[in-house]
Amino acid sequence: MRFNARNLIFTALGAVLSASLLGTAAGAQDTIKIGVTQPLTGAFAASGNYVAQGAKIAEEEINKAGGVLGKKIQLIIEDNKSNPTEAVATAEKLIVKDKVPVMLGAWSSTLTLAVMPKLEEYKVPMLVETSSSGKITVSGNPYIFRISPTSEMEAKAFTPLVKTLGIKKADFLATNNDFGLGASKEFSEMAKREGVQVGVMETMDPKATDFSAQLAKIKASGSDTLFVTTAVEQITLILKQAKDQQVPQRIITTGGSNSPDQLIAQAGDAANGSYHLVFFTPWFPEAVKNPDVAKKFVALWNEKKHNVGGLTEGFRGWDGLYTIVEAIKAAGKPDAEAITKALWGVKVKGINGDIAFIKQGPAGKESAQNVPSVYLVKIEGGKVVRQ
Amino acid sequence: MDQLLQHGLNALILGGTYALLGIGLTLIFGIMRVVNFTHGELYSFGAYMMFMWVMFAGVNFFLALILAVVLGMMLGATLEFLLLRRLRGADIDTTMLVMIGAWIALQNMEQLTWSGVAKSIDTPFPSAPLVLGPVSVSWNRLFVFVVALGLIAASYALINRTRLGKAMRATFQDRETAALMGVEINFIHTATFALGSGLAAAAGALLGPVFVVYPTMGDLASLKAFAIVILGGLGSIPGATIGGFILAFMEELGAGYVSSGFRDGMGFLVIIVILLIKPTGLFAQKERIG
Repeated sequence: MRFNARNLIFTALGAVLSASLLGTAAGAQDTIKIGVTQPLTGAFAASGNYVAQGAKIAEEEINKAGGVLGKKIQLIIEDNKSNPTEAVATAEKLIVKDKVPVMLGAWSSTLTLAVMPKLEEYKVPMLVETSSSGKITVSGNPYIFRISPTSEMEAKAFTPLVKTLGIKKADFLATNNDFGLGASKEFSEMAKREGVQVGVMETMDPKATDFSAQLAKIKASGSDTLFVTTAVEQITLILKQAKDQQVPQRIITTGGSNSPDQLIAQAGDAANGSYHLVFFTPWFPEAVKNPDVAKKFVALWNEKKHNVGGLTEGFRGWDGLYTIVEAIKAAGKPDAEAITKALWGVKVKGINGDIAFIKQGPAGKESAQNVPSVYLVKIEGGKVVRQ
Repeated sequence: MDQLLQHGLNALILGGTYALLGIGLTLIFGIMRVVNFTHGELYSFGAYMMFMWVMFAGVNFFLALILAVVLGMMLGATLEFLLLRRLRGADIDTTMLVMIGAWIALQNMEQLTWSGVAKSIDTPFPSAPLVLGPVSVSWNRLFVFVVALGLIAASYALINRTRLGKAMRATFQDRETAALMGVEINFIHTATFALGSGLAAAAGALLGPVFVVYPTMGDLASLKAFAIVILGGLGSIPGATIGGFILAFMEELGAGYVSSGFRDGMGFLVIIVILLIKPTGLFAQKERIG
């Protein structure tokens, strides 16, 4: 009797297992899988979740419109935990286990740089939606397609504003990773070219929450402007702590992961008077290149009741996924090599602007770089205003 | 000069919170000899409880603080009752592994409950800082400093001046003898762990509104707490207090005058130097061997 019962359990288990295997096999035929690696937890969790939410909205819209190549798309979203080692593991899992022909990721420059060797190893392209370190597109990795601006592009776009804002001497505070150090370098070089005196250049650990020492030093430097490069969590704390210490400098944040609405909500009046470089202006969607797309995205985002502070980050997921799907359509098959080729030719009307790729890096092994739009906004009286 | 004054004030304020983190752990790690990896989780638990009461339930800020500490003590007591009580007499490796498991489980539960996105807590303090000539400090941080000093003094008095404190010290010095003298050692174990956990939760509840609240916030706090306890000498409340201030001053001055990139390294550098000279830490109690 007991033996029979055990047999029964084994048979049941076997049935369940084979059913689930059949399920995945059937699923694989019906959908085109797209891998996403984002920091859903850890130091960059807020931004990573927003990008993933934006990509999911795009997935729904694309599938509502019939998908691509007659199939529905299916996002497989993995959490890279804001950790480069985990980022590599997620890429490996997505490519080897889920067999995705293309990926979207990995948010921070350090995470993207960690994943890059895996792209070359498996010859799978990755659409880079956020990272801004110059290194990513000049290191000779032909599987990188970046839609976000490099720090150099941001600094170039900012150049005319040096005169407008009357910057004479500037300090720099950046998170101690590829993103922060790269931005500090590009913006300080730009400042020097424009005749601005460069004061102190400070760094902070990406996990740090107390910046009192750095801010005390900056307070004493006698400059008029402080460029801050990091993600929204640290920016929130910097604005609050700068107010506590009465740091007199005008604060300008770079990198576009500054979510001004979230700053207003979390830093309160400490956010007033700060400037932010953003790549999407949901507060005035009519000002962007493709207002129809932008308005549609804002409406869908609000329909989902996602945090409005995430719009400036979430759009990256939408733009990234639409670019990928356009390439799959052009490639005619969900195949990594064909998609890599097709990505070079895509033209997408994105939220940030028109997306198309130019070549960067060593000849023969060029990476692809988009030339995106950059906007400067200011927080005044708890509201975001155009500059 | 103004910069030095501001650095000094910042370090003093930071030191108070480091000391608070340190004394909670010195009770558990130093006196109970449990390598408590859940200390950082109790810290983030305190911060999340603060978030829950203030931002969801709309409870008064100061009442929420007390609730967070009480809940932290209850969680600590539960951990002791469910896990550590069964491990009494087990070797240190077993206990350590169980505590690592509890740390990961607690952190993941927080992630599941609150998601990974950082949360901020509103405070009743004025947003304009307190200005003292060339330097300034936020009212919230000043409040944290004062409460931290109060808690440190109260813990010191409890351990060294009360019957309960005497029973705690006796129990962890020699459990059998303490039991023969009529000390309720099971209660003492639970009470000590709950007290240490409550202090960690208090640090989290106090600092949550100053910074932001997120599931992995306890990791760095836990690392610093261990460093402070080792620096000050195991089981010494004055040692943990002074250790906290030394770490804060080294970090602040190191970041201000040497390099902010090595801010966390500065503190640990000093710890290495002190331990080379005095391996038992600054204020270690004499060990009873036998």
